[in-house]
Amino acid sequence: MGDVIEIKNLRVEYPGRNRAEPARLAVNGLTLSVRAGEVFGFLGPNGAGKTTTMNVLLGFVNATGGDAYLFGVNVREPIARQRIGYLPELTYYYKFLTAEELLRFYARIFGLPRAETDRRIDSLLKLVELDAVRRRPIKTYSKGMQQRVGLAQALINNPELLILDEPTSGLDPLGRMKVREIIQRLKQEGKTVFFSSHELGEVETVCDRVAIISQGQLREEGRVSDLVAKYRCDLERVFLKVIGYEPQPAN
Amino acid sequence: MNKVLAIAGVVVKELYRRKDFYVLFVLTALITMLLGAVNFFNDPKIVRYLKEVCLLLIWVSTLVIAVVTAARQIPAEKENRTIFPLLAKPVTRWQVILGKFAGCWLAAGIALLLFYLFFAVISESRGGTAAAGAPVTAAASGPHDHDAHAEEAHSDDAGAAAPARRALLTYVEALWLHWMMLAVVIAMVLLGSLIFAMPASNATIQFIVIAGILLLGEHLNKVALRQVEPLQTILQVLYFAIPHLEWYDLRDFIIYDHPPVALWACALATLYAAVYALVFLLAAWLVFRRKGLTT
Repeated sequence: MGDVIEIKNLRVEYPGRNRAEPARLAVNGLTLSVRAGEVFGFLGPNGAGKTTTMNVLLGFVNATGGDAYLFGVNVREPIARQRIGYLPELTYYYKFLTAEELLRFYARIFGLPRAETDRRIDSLLKLVELDAVRRRPIKTYSKGMQQRVGLAQALINNPELLILDEPTSGLDPLGRMKVREIIQRLKQEGKTVFFSSHELGEVETVCDRVAIISQGQLREEGRVSDLVAKYRCDLERVFLKVIGYEPQPAN
Repeated sequence: MNKVLAIAGVVVKELYRRKDFYVLFVLTALITMLLGAVNFFNDPKIVRYLKEVCLLLIWVSTLVIAVVTAARQIPAEKENRTIFPLLAKPVTRWQVILGKFAGCWLAAGIALLLFYLFFAVISESRGGTAAAGAPVTAAASGPHDHDAHAEEAHSDDAGAAAPARRALLTYVEALWLHWMMLAVVIAMVLLGSLIFAMPASNATIQFIVIAGILLLGEHLNKVALRQVEPLQTILQVLYFAIPHLEWYDLRDFIIYDHPPVALWACALATLYAAVYALVFLLAAWLVFRRKGLTT
């Protein structure tokens, strides 16, 4: 199967806020590929460069060096995003719109025909269990409901690749379970999922492969089972070892 | 084009779901209605003055709507982070800018249409533009021409319809050119929203610039002639570089019942506004195109 995401020697440098402040290197020579149909966990401590890498893939930030491709198309081209769905970490939606209006808006952006839009909105709102409140403004939704609207909008175009930035962050256990179920369902449908998370138990459950980055560089990459076998411990300890964390002995 | 219209649709929905727009509209409508309802001893000069005040109010209100709406579009998208799910879709930044512009312009146009319709109804119900001019003509002709006036009053319907048609055309032209002026203003404010850090600072600067152009724009070349070099050249360049928004002000045509502007002049003014709006939008795109957005 071909690579859905291809990152080659990616380098992202943020300029300093003033002349005195030096430029900050967020990603340094990252090379990574994600194959079609796999669930790929993108791990790293806070500030490791995960979100910056995702921002490059989504065209929010321009790379200082290197290249990134989605389905073989350079991420600088908007068409590269035609077949992807994106769920941000927090709910960033037009709160004055209803869930139905929001999905209809994004469907228009993707250029979906009206009949297909109606069909997809109905099925997605049922999937995320928001069918009963579809005509209520999003501002009246709870955080969990808003996150589910986010998931619905990420799936409106029936994407082949889903990019999820900490999708379960801030959700209650039930919300996390539902998101996990949806990811597993997408995996069964043959979709590619690329997601970052700090919930390593969840990553171990749903991911085929993971990459661990630290200080903008790739430290480890491979199948979850291979990494667990290689380090002879669970994924959480693998992660801590890879990023160079030494546990302090208890007094 | 569908993507641009989709983004514009969201802008229009947002504006009409906000309460501040209705407050401004109701306030303007109320003042217009009150001023229109007052009859100061049938003095046409006072009636004209009240019309002038009402039209000024409409100008200020629509400018406030256009500037405030356009100034917050992209900064609010960034602040609320709604820009991220939007740009993660197959949409270019040029389409985002164009969509924001189209939405603001359309929303301002709807507001403008409502204001002008309201003003026209109030104004015509109080005697109309043609009627406002009539007492002045009658007063100028003196008390000896009663017979001539009686003949005029009994003239055929076609003769009476002509001033009404002329007044209607003046209203339509005033509305159209006002809307064209708002296109330039909105494009200018959108560019400002990508340059200035805060929407409030952008709106304030834009209000000052717009007021400056409206009040002083037409005199700038005359002022330039009285200056020494290099100030003279600078002012002359400025005179030709700024968009002359004051050319789009047809309030006096409505108030004093002037004949409508020639259609070719209207078309030329439309082209002029389109060129300026396009230049500002292109500049906004150049600024926005390479701007990094971090989540």
